Amino acid sequence: MTSERLTPSASEVPDPEDRTRIRVEEFRKRRPRLVDEVITMAHGAGGKSSAALVDHVFVEAFRNPELENLGDGAVLTLPGGERLAFSTDSYVVSPYEFPGGSIADLAINGTVNDLAVSGARPQWISAAFIIEEGFSIEKLKQLAAEMRAAADVAGVQIVTGDTKVVPNGAADGLYITTSGVGVIPAGRELSPHMVRPGDRLIVSGTIADHGMAIMLARGNLDIEADIESDSAAVNGLVEALLAAAPGTRWMRDATRGGLGTVANELAQTAGVGVVLDEGLLPIDPTVLGCCDMLGIDPVYVANEGKFVAIVPAAEAEAAVAALRSQPGGAQAAVIGEILADPPGIVAMRTPFGGTRIVDMLVGDPLPRIC
Amino acid sequence: MKFVDEFRDPSAARALVKSITEIAGDTEWKFMEVCGGHTHTIYRHGIEHLLPENIELVHGPGCPVCVIPMGRIDDAMWLAEQPDVIFTTFGDMMRVPGSRGSLLDAKARGADVRFVYSPLDSLKVAVENPDKHVVFFAVGFETTVPSTAVTLLRAKTLGVKNFSVFSNHVTIVPPIKAILESPDLRLSGFLGPGHVSTVVGIRPYRFVPEVYGKPVVVAGFEPLDILASVHMLLQQYADGRCEVENQYARVVRPEGNTAALKLMGETFQLRPHFEWRGLGFISQSALKVHDDYADFDAEVRFSMPGVRVADPKACQCGEVLKGAIKPWECKVFGTACTPETPIGTCMVSPEGACAAYYNFGRLHRETALLVGQGAPVG
Repeated sequence: MTSERLTPSASEVPDPEDRTRIRVEEFRKRRPRLVDEVITMAHGAGGKSSAALVDHVFVEAFRNPELENLGDGAVLTLPGGERLAFSTDSYVVSPYEFPGGSIADLAINGTVNDLAVSGARPQWISAAFIIEEGFSIEKLKQLAAEMRAAADVAGVQIVTGDTKVVPNGAADGLYITTSGVGVIPAGRELSPHMVRPGDRLIVSGTIADHGMAIMLARGNLDIEADIESDSAAVNGLVEALLAAAPGTRWMRDATRGGLGTVANELAQTAGVGVVLDEGLLPIDPTVLGCCDMLGIDPVYVANEGKFVAIVPAAEAEAAVAALRSQPGGAQAAVIGEILADPPGIVAMRTPFGGTRIVDMLVGDPLPRIC
Repeated sequence: MKFVDEFRDPSAARALVKSITEIAGDTEWKFMEVCGGHTHTIYRHGIEHLLPENIELVHGPGCPVCVIPMGRIDDAMWLAEQPDVIFTTFGDMMRVPGSRGSLLDAKARGADVRFVYSPLDSLKVAVENPDKHVVFFAVGFETTVPSTAVTLLRAKTLGVKNFSVFSNHVTIVPPIKAILESPDLRLSGFLGPGHVSTVVGIRPYRFVPEVYGKPVVVAGFEPLDILASVHMLLQQYADGRCEVENQYARVVRPEGNTAALKLMGETFQLRPHFEWRGLGFISQSALKVHDDYADFDAEVRFSMPGVRVADPKACQCGEVLKGAIKPWECKVFGTACTPETPIGTCMVSPEGACAAYYNFGRLHRETALLVGQGAPVG
């Protein structure tokens, strides 16, 4: 099979509906334009507006080959040939404490996970704090202790930091920025361009827990349900997976924008079709019930301790078994496959026997989740 | 989720599709699903491709976000930008474009716009912010009117002084009539509104079979509801019947919700006419806050510009809402008009036909069938 595809242009197709579909696909592949004059919440939501902002403002200003990969972390090669992964993330979650976690452990786990899915073994973390005047020192001590505990679990050290205080009203309590460095073991290669038709898509556990926990923790929904954030470091799971499935092609943690966004990024970067099997998605029944009630599709709800891996079909069973043997991996499952056709599109096979598209999410149902 | 699984059973679906295919024969059928909720279900579960090709589902006008004209969005933005106003709205409405952008843009420019899940939440915001005036942007068919009505009643009982409703509530029967009068469409029947009927009952649709000779089946919103309703419509033709039937009997009572109707009558009154996006002015098709509740009527308390704004020329939402064209037949579909940069309302609401088709349905029939029939992985 050749990797080149002969896609007919719209004018060569007789059926008018197909012509529209081809035109829409061509349009979707264009570089997103930045048309806004001021920042809106959509620019921070991880969808197309965010991509346009990053592309037209930051990539434009900072341009270099490492940045332009736009991965979760940059992969840097040292003069001696060793490779490092380097990643940074800011945390502004509201409320800063929620069932199952807090801004403190999120700040550690999020950066650890970005490094882990880049193939690195996370080692060192920096932490910068922007604190609003009036914030309780007792609370800050408690959050620092939580960060330390999360770092111990993940096996990383917090080695440098910074503190800034801003006047009352200039921030919402506390914001944390962490950066992290990890070493990529020799021989480990992960890339969306290694993904092949027939590969399987694995998720490391239940989806949508974090986003739904935050939503309920805000307390303005009058829904009472026992839902906890899944905030956790996944580096242990990643190592177990890579040991059992050395042919693993690519991984990504399914944070903001959820599984649906990750699958779309893969479909577009790798130029493959991604098929998800709705009936196989691991979702806690309470979380699913809340999603249904609120009209939110769980595939777009954020996770903070889950990742997606693409593995060759022959290694899928071993990969899932390895994940399930680890703490936090009991619900790991194969949830889909890679097809050559339709390229660039994520399709969902519904348990009902139908098929639908899972597109990039537009606008965030819930800002400030991480 | 046991309570919905029974309405999403694939073997029941296959049996229904088989039976539908048999009764449908070779005739070309064209059924309109009235509600945006139906449209959403049809695309989300891939029902369009499960049905035989000679059954076409035409999307109707029952998407409350879609039918709001641009001028009303401009008024909403004007309200949101007044000093000391907190403007509250359902999330869907935030992204609907007016002539100067959307409520999201107004928010980015500094207006205090907040999204709520219920009008009662909006009243709560008013109670918590006594030095601000809180406006609730009320939209929706008869389905959502009772919750606004309850909120008005409670606001009056509590004596809240800083709360008002900007009513854009509309009623479902007038647009159905407008569509039946339109020469563009030759429909075989209707999948009637489900949620609206929980309030108004099934009697208001009797004129459809009696005057226009088209059958109506009030339909639920789970995928099996849609298939069962299509089956019931075809069965009426096979039996030589033409009437209003109720597929959604587990929720809809024939007489509707009489208590809710009474409360609606006390808190709202019919407007002489109201502009619908794409459909123009329709008489007695919308509700304003009742004169007895004038203190809570944003249109009385504020003098909004109330300017009528023509739809953008390229936008064919009106044709889509009437079922005269399919979403993909609109000239700007998926290129100039996308969910990120919508020109028309039908691309904004998840219940809008264009958004449902763009987000879920853009698959070639054969591709969809191929993927759908593939063996589950695992």
